[in-house]
Amino acid sequence: MSVLTSNKNFLPTLSDVELKEKFSNIKPRMANSEAIVEASRCLFCHDAPCINACPTSIDIPMFIRQIMSKNTKGAAKTIFTQNILGKSCAHVCPTEVLCEGACVYNNLNEKPIDIGRLQAFATDYAVENNLRFFKKGKSTGKKIAVIGGGPSGLACAHELTVLGHEVVVYEANEKAGGLNTYGVAPYKYSNKDSEEEVKYIAEIGFEVKTNCPVTGATIPELEKKYDAIFIGAGLGKSKKLGIAGEDLESVHGATEFIHKLRKKEQKIQIGKTIVIVGGGNTAIDAAVESSKLGADVTVVYRRTEKEQKAYYFEVELAKKHNVKFIYLTNPVSILGNEFVEGLKCIQNTNGGQKDLIIPCDMVIFATGQEKIIDFYKSIKNLEVTQGKIVVNKNFQTTNPKYFAGGDCINGGKEVVNAAAHGRDAARGINEFLMRGHND
Amino acid sequence: MTDLNTNFAGIKSPNPFWLASAPPTNTGYQVMNAFKAGWGGAVWKTLGKPIVNVSSRYGALSYKNNRMMGLNNIELITDRPLEVNLREMKEVKEKFPDHALIASMMFETKEEWHDCIKRCEDIGIDGFELNYGCPHGMCERGMGSAVGQNPDVCEKITSWVCEAATKPVIVKLTPNVTDITRPALAAQRGGASAVSLINTINSVTGINLDTMDPNPTVDRLSTHGGYCGPAVKPIALNMVAELTNHPDFHLPISGIGGIETWQDAVEFFLMGATTVQVCTAVMHYGFRIVTDLTEGVSEYLDSHKMKKITELTGITAKKLRKWEQLDLNYKIIAHINSEKCISCQLCYIACEDGAHQSIALVKDSRIPVIKEDTCVGCNLCSLVCPVEDCITMVKVETGKKKLVWANHPANPNHILAR
Ligand SMILES: Cc1cc2nc3c(=O)[nH]c(=O)nc-3n(C[C@H](O)[C@H](O)[C@H](O)COP(=O)(O)OP(=O)(O)OC[C@H]3O[C@@H](n4cnc5c(N)ncnc54)[C@H](O)[C@@H]3O)c2cc1C
Ligand SMILES: Cc1cc2nc3c(=O)[nH]c(=O)nc-3n(C[C@H](O)[C@H](O)[C@H](O)COP(=O)(O)O)c2cc1C
Ligand code: SF4
Repeated sequence: MSVLTSNKNFLPTLSDVELKEKFSNIKPRMANSEAIVEASRCLFCHDAPCINACPTSIDIPMFIRQIMSKNTKGAAKTIFTQNILGKSCAHVCPTEVLCEGACVYNNLNEKPIDIGRLQAFATDYAVENNLRFFKKGKSTGKKIAVIGGGPSGLACAHELTVLGHEVVVYEANEKAGGLNTYGVAPYKYSNKDSEEEVKYIAEIGFEVKTNCPVTGATIPELEKKYDAIFIGAGLGKSKKLGIAGEDLESVHGATEFIHKLRKKEQKIQIGKTIVIVGGGNTAIDAAVESSKLGADVTVVYRRTEKEQKAYYFEVELAKKHNVKFIYLTNPVSILGNEFVEGLKCIQNTNGGQKDLIIPCDMVIFATGQEKIIDFYKSIKNLEVTQGKIVVNKNFQTTNPKYFAGGDCINGGKEVVNAAAHGRDAARGINEFLMRGHND
Repeated sequence: MTDLNTNFAGIKSPNPFWLASAPPTNTGYQVMNAFKAGWGGAVWKTLGKPIVNVSSRYGALSYKNNRMMGLNNIELITDRPLEVNLREMKEVKEKFPDHALIASMMFETKEEWHDCIKRCEDIGIDGFELNYGCPHGMCERGMGSAVGQNPDVCEKITSWVCEAATKPVIVKLTPNVTDITRPALAAQRGGASAVSLINTINSVTGINLDTMDPNPTVDRLSTHGGYCGPAVKPIALNMVAELTNHPDFHLPISGIGGIETWQDAVEFFLMGATTVQVCTAVMHYGFRIVTDLTEGVSEYLDSHKMKKITELTGITAKKLRKWEQLDLNYKIIAHINSEKCISCQLCYIACEDGAHQSIALVKDSRIPVIKEDTCVGCNLCSLVCPVEDCITMVKVETGKKKLVWANHPANPNHILAR
């Protein structure tokens, strides 16, 4: 049994039935009739704003029209042609601020088209029935290594394979999928969903080597073996708070905490009372997941509610899960000798400051992720600013053999951005290898 | 309060809303429920010699998420014995003496017609409707649309009926003809007191693409059925107006075809009908819809300061002219209300690809702009726009006098005349 707190105040793990109920998909699958009715609402706009709002520019009105005419297979093809991760995007994209946010129905004060769920309707169908739309291209004889089997790496490997290159993906973890497997909320995308998707994408004909971290030591060998290398390594560990008591056993970084939950499929014991430090989407995910497991959760954030980086709909979700929020509050130390007993903070009040002690059994810090600086140092001439790898418009780094995309170049955005980068970087690599461009 | 009482060619009913001869008028049970719900009259499911029906019988056309835009059937006339129908009709008439009960009929020989007319009059029926319209099954036996499509036969059979009937005779016309006025005038010559139209239109609703079988399917085969429901209303409205406007046609008209709401009914009145009949809408939603018909029409009359439905009769039919009588100098152009625009750009692509390239897109804005100098005022953009009153058509003062085709310089006949 996995225990995430050494404190005696931990919660029992939930039964399989309870877990299934609590972590079931928050956007349930559409029935055929529901999908057709919803698809019929689409106006089929000219130069549709939803397409422009999608980082991978999926032809949304077209795939919706195909669903309406019961051509679900064609709809899936339309989606995958632009974004091979169209299935995970359908489930995890913050559509409220992307495609659905741009839907013209918003201007009419009407509910926008439920694009995410329609996309899930088509892509789930295609993946479950293993409908295949792409073939390995005619061999170019070129070999490319992809570092990282997350969304950016998979998108890149897929597109490179379509273009006829030989690709090997090196993945440090036991399973590929990146944060789709170990990060995003399981009530959006389950382990099974992610595994099936990786299998579906890789089946085109590229190799995924799991448990295979690339290190400074293996870099020279890689460079010798491959004509180009794509870095899609994501971000590093959670940033430490740098306060006293941080080394106590029941103090966790949010991404590590979530990683463990995903790895054990939530069959894990956590504290009864949990304080989460941070104001972004990761803090919210950690809070909702903890609350679903039965914990009493408080989120502490140093600024105001308005300044919170988390999306409003994610904050709403947390509130629905009885998560409490304390704003304008900074942690100063974690209290406790053997076990965590509380978090000591300073709260900014009208004009003044006061001490605040929040008793708890676990502290989770979600104050951002570190960048993977050390590893990048082992690559010659690789320019990195503020932890982000610098690339040109073709996603080529300052070392021409290397290309990069995803969280490691943008500092952490969404799966869909990583998918777009991976696809476009593959095209950049193809240009570079086949036409010798390196500007 | 408006008075909805109706006298249609001598047939009285508390309101002009009748059930058309069809499945909703199969039985006394249904017709009594309909009268209780508020229907003013009912045309009984067509009586005739015994027939046998097939299964299945109906097919429908759905448009996007709208079910049953159009309905098609391959049913025949009543499949119940005449005695049973007559017994139930009598019972209805006894319980609802003030409601209109009309016997629809379809027979082959003069004797058969005469026999049924007598038996119906004996039980107190208010009138007859001659089914010259059924487009399948019966026509192959020389009845139904086979009669409606041949003016001479139509006139002859009508005259047989009128010899024997003492109650008003309505002739129900088939729309499966090129000129509806010909059978209508034939019915008038034959002595009919009124006409009703339209019956159903020849059609095949669709094909099952898995089996390639036509719909509706009878053991993988089908036959052209009769089309009705909302989709047929425009065709029916035009036919009603053609009769209203014909100088030699003088009979009252009962309008039928796609009527579902009070607005539909008012449209038929404006085209010249004085009663309306409904079938598909009742098959879809039940008898209850009559509440909206009566209330809606009353409200409409009130709001137009009218007391009787007959004040509406034919107002709009008079506004239908030959194309060549329309003013070629009348000009409207489209106007987009930028505050209402939701920037879907459907008007842009419709005009660009499907009309006159008269809508422009401007840099850094999603709101399209009308090119007023080239807009021909076709309406297309306003029809595709999903927002109510966002694109309106505005009149342009050209300062020119009315000019019809007959006097237009481009008309070769006009030049000849000069
Ligand atoms: C908790 C959390 C929740 C999130 N929720 C959402 C959400 O709901 N919706 C959304 O769109 N986005 C969400 N995101 C963001 C999203 O997951 C990322 O933007 C996306 O996964 C980035 O893809 P990537 O390929 O760049 O990196 P990652 O997904 O991080 O994948 C990088 C992969 O590289 C591997 N790797 C790293 N270094 C090496 C090495 N040296 N050798 C071999 N392999 C290596 C890693 O093991 C990992 O598998 C969330 C992020 C977090 C942290
Ligand atoms: C299933 C079905 C059966 C019908 N049977 C008859 C009939 O027996 N006699 C008749 O005169 N018209 C019959 N009709 C035609 C209707 O009376 C009516 O003229 C036509 O359906 C158009 O009206 P609507 O659009 O309101 O349905 C039938 C229609 C349907 C749908
Ligand atoms: S009215 Fe017709 S021609 Fe004029 S802008 Fe609209 S679509 Fe184009």
